[in-house]
Amino acid sequence: MRSFIVKRVLLGILVLFGVILITFVLTRVIPSNPAAQWVGQRATAEQIEAAKIELGLDKPLYVQLERYLADLAKGDLGRSLRSHQPVSAELKAYLPATIELVLVSTIVAVIIGIPLGVASAKRKDHMVDHVSRFFSVGAVSLPTFWVGMFLQLIFYRWLGLLPLGGQLSMGIKLTREIPHITGFLMFDSLITGDFVVFRDALAHIILPGITVALYPIGLVARMTRSALLEILDEDYIRAARSYGLPERMVLWSYALKNSLGPTATVVALSIGYTLVNTFLVEAIFSWPGIGSYISSAVISLDYPAIMGVTIFSACAYVVLNLVADVIIALDPRVRV
Amino acid sequence: MTKSSGIMNSIKPRITEIKLSLYLLCRNRLTRLSLGVVILLGLTALAAPFIVPHPEHIETEANPVDKLLPPSGKYYFGTDELGRDIFSRVIYGTRISLQTALIAVGLALLIGIPLGAIAGATGGMVDEVIMRITDIFLSFPPLLLAIAIAAFLGPSLENAMLAIGVSWWPWYTRLIRGQAVSIRERQFVKAARAIGTPPVRIIFGHIVPNCIAPVIVQASMDIGGVILTIASLSFLGLGAQPPTPEWGLMVSTSRNYFLNAWWYSIFPGLAIFVTVLVFNLLGDGLREILDPKTRKI
Repeated sequence: MRSFIVKRVLLGILVLFGVILITFVLTRVIPSNPAAQWVGQRATAEQIEAAKIELGLDKPLYVQLERYLADLAKGDLGRSLRSHQPVSAELKAYLPATIELVLVSTIVAVIIGIPLGVASAKRKDHMVDHVSRFFSVGAVSLPTFWVGMFLQLIFYRWLGLLPLGGQLSMGIKLTREIPHITGFLMFDSLITGDFVVFRDALAHIILPGITVALYPIGLVARMTRSALLEILDEDYIRAARSYGLPERMVLWSYALKNSLGPTATVVALSIGYTLVNTFLVEAIFSWPGIGSYISSAVISLDYPAIMGVTIFSACAYVVLNLVADVIIALDPRVRV
Repeated sequence: MTKSSGIMNSIKPRITEIKLSLYLLCRNRLTRLSLGVVILLGLTALAAPFIVPHPEHIETEANPVDKLLPPSGKYYFGTDELGRDIFSRVIYGTRISLQTALIAVGLALLIGIPLGAIAGATGGMVDEVIMRITDIFLSFPPLLLAIAIAAFLGPSLENAMLAIGVSWWPWYTRLIRGQAVSIRERQFVKAARAIGTPPVRIIFGHIVPNCIAPVIVQASMDIGGVILTIASLSFLGLGAQPPTPEWGLMVSTSRNYFLNAWWYSIFPGLAIFVTVLVFNLLGDGLREILDPKTRKI
């Protein structure tokens, strides 16, 4: 098993290198004038010349690639065209909000998705199954950005129950000291015991959280259902039933345990999808994360910023894939 | 036996197979319904310019007197901030979405099929290189790669199609490679090789036609996802540009108005949802009857 993991990690590194190579080709090779693109539309001729030298565009491609890799290794992703700040520093500032959102929606997806999958496997081809299957196909068919706006319309405009967007209410932001330890707002306010801030943050994360969670809920429910259905046919389940064990125990303890492997994989993979889905949702909720960052970067064609988010998310995705594969490898039944 | 009856005899089992598939497909109520809606959407897309009540509102024509009106007998889905009929624009959007999705998937097939067939049929180093490149592309979330490519090509609907095609092909390459590997060892391929058929002819004349069916099925299942991706790119500002009546773009522009004009965002979004949903349901049904494990006759 160790050799499998080693091989998988090596492959992961190769893929990571490939991902970086693709971004290199996208930024430096395909554009007809990469320097002009890199400094933006309003740059002067001198600035373009300077960028040419800074990016090493006058040198042969392999030298450019070398410099590109060296910059990346130092965490240098270039400077944003809008703020003129280093992209990596900006990413660091926007990241905690996105991670918080992704984590909350993943937890929601697991809490709702698994029981939904179990329910539909238990009553296969019954009403519950049809509804839950329709729901899971529906969840992956919904345009997330539209769901966000729809929820705002209902819960903010019509019912007035939840805030429109942002991470905190303006009043709380102005009047209270916001705890800042790890950068994760909910976590920080919880450990400092600041429940006013925590409650406000919780109210703000509900709508974007649900919006982003819909897709993984469908995914997790479908995976749990199909994994369970396969396992419920096995001999040991029949044996457990013939002992007269209560069905609840057979289902939740005997069968579910063995179907968690595929579900865990799907959860790990769906985190990557969720991350990209936040790109479509955050701007709607003015959520101060990298999703909002990339959507405003896209509008002003801030190429260094777009590329920075792309490289970061692709790397995160590769690592999550790796984790998913290692989880599978930990299962003794697939050990090679 | 005459030649034509020979052809008939070779086609007959295929027709029976298609008929059986159609029968199985239509037996499930949900799948039958989605097939019906897909056909309806196709017809709508074809006839869109002739059936919309306000064709002048599809492009720029502003009508400020009627701006942001709620749904009524005159404007079924209300009007937008320029006083254009949202119903006409949503109907016309069907044409844009289906058309762009078909082109994008076609592009992905055009890249994916030859690469996969070459990898599977040649084997060895070529196979290894092509498949590792495929793996790298597969390790990007599709939407992310499409965003990056579309941003660098410059925002337009054509570039969005290109970006989706470029980020979608690896799935088909992988699929067709698996098929090609198994077909490579079949008698008729060996026979072709034995009589000296050039490799290119073997790949495109013998191997591709015999492993294309599952890829086409997969591609048709992907249409829903591609429509959603196009709408998402347009929503971000990387796809269709105003005044194109593209659904994602309409939802995006409605952001400034929807809190006081719910109809503006609801209807285009609903159109995306329904279209993607019926394509996905149809794909689900297709998978069920084509997978021998779940196929029940």
